[in-house]
Amino acid sequence: MNNRAAIVHPAWLRLTHWINACAVVLLVLSGWRIYNASPIFAFTFPVQITLGGWLGGALLWHFFAMWVLIGNGVAYLALNIFTGRIKRKFFPLHFKDILADTLAALKGKLSHADLSVYNAPQKLAYLFIVLDVVLLVVSGLVIWKSVQFPLLRELMGGFDMARVVHFVAMAALLGVLAVHLVMVALLPRTLLLMLRGR
Amino acid sequence: MLKPKKIQLLDDTALKQLPMPSRRLFMQRALSLGGLSLLSGCALSDEESVEHALMKVSQFNDRVQAWLFDPERMAPTYAEAMMTRPFPFNAYYGREDIPEVDAEEYRLEISGLVADKHAWTLEELYKLPQTSQVTRLICVEGWSAIGKWGGVTFSTFLKHIGADLSAKYVGFKCEDDYFTSIDMATALHAQTLLAFTYDGQTLPPEYGYPLRLRMPTKLGYKNPKHITAIFVSNTNPGGYWEDQGYNWFGGC
Repeated sequence: MNNRAAIVHPAWLRLTHWINACAVVLLVLSGWRIYNASPIFAFTFPVQITLGGWLGGALLWHFFAMWVLIGNGVAYLALNIFTGRIKRKFFPLHFKDILADTLAALKGKLSHADLSVYNAPQKLAYLFIVLDVVLLVVSGLVIWKSVQFPLLRELMGGFDMARVVHFVAMAALLGVLAVHLVMVALLPRTLLLMLRGR
Repeated sequence: MLKPKKIQLLDDTALKQLPMPSRRLFMQRALSLGGLSLLSGCALSDEESVEHALMKVSQFNDRVQAWLFDPERMAPTYAEAMMTRPFPFNAYYGREDIPEVDAEEYRLEISGLVADKHAWTLEELYKLPQTSQVTRLICVEGWSAIGKWGGVTFSTFLKHIGADLSAKYVGFKCEDDYFTSIDMATALHAQTLLAFTYDGQTLPPEYGYPLRLRMPTKLGYKNPKHITAIFVSNTNPGGYWEDQGYNWFGGC
């Protein structure tokens, strides 16, 4: 151990990260096929890039990946809380740091010497993903079981509105994911960290 | 197993009135792993076992939904002013194939775990105590529409024919060869109606004349139209769409 770098990402974190990544890809691609059956905006997704073949198939994939996402998400949150990782890695988080680090990043002056410490925009992005996935699950529950969850239904603004929330939350997730992937491409060592842990 | 037998068509004129219309036809394709093959960069050879696994998850979701289903919980009801006009026509065929049912010749067949199996005429059915409700129909495609249906509460009808209320399933056969089935708990729900009317008028052909089941607690495809036979069973009778891959419970 002494001549090897310390573990930055524990095994459970790497595992939950990649399971989540797979679940999100399945959910997004099958979700686009479900969206196409009754689009809420003036466009549909090209069928070739969707999953499921037809609405029934897409729904089967979506409701399979849903359980993977939820089970994995609960494990991720529980381990983050019980190991104290969430407090250690994400807080404190100050607005001025987000601003300063973002500016530094844009000027190409943000230090990446110590990848075990998240910079402020990174903290914000990852916390946003967690909260956005929670919103996706809640709005999805309302679309699935609008009669059985009256409180959540009203919170989402009704059945039809829950579909809009679900879609916008998906789009926001993909937006953050795009930035995430660009960052990984700029700093490929972070990909190694998420694979090997060190 | 999961190949759609026919393309589901939505009536264009009705759909144009909907705020979020689906004007696209279902792709007449099998449950394909095309998307996944793209991801993995290789074609999966064992498509059938993947389908089988996905159907197992769907059956697990049936059990979760049965557990979540609260017989006391009512679906929202709406003011008549909020009704969707015109209400969309939706079936697995086009408007030109809507079945024509002769009122005089019509009989509702009853079979399975029931005491009284006599076939009902429309005249007899219309004598049952009637009620009406304005509820939202949610389609599996994602759109929803509010309508007003009237008829006899289905639990009243089941008790009337001496159905075994401890049986698991109620099955339906329809004039248009559609068929489906529901769980007994939903069959006994206070908002589950055997409907004869739409918006105060005799049920028009496109909405299921002479008789349809209306449940605001289940998706549209669980609400059969043009019902000609009802049976009570402990064996799951499946359904037209359900056998092709739609979730059997289909609850809201």
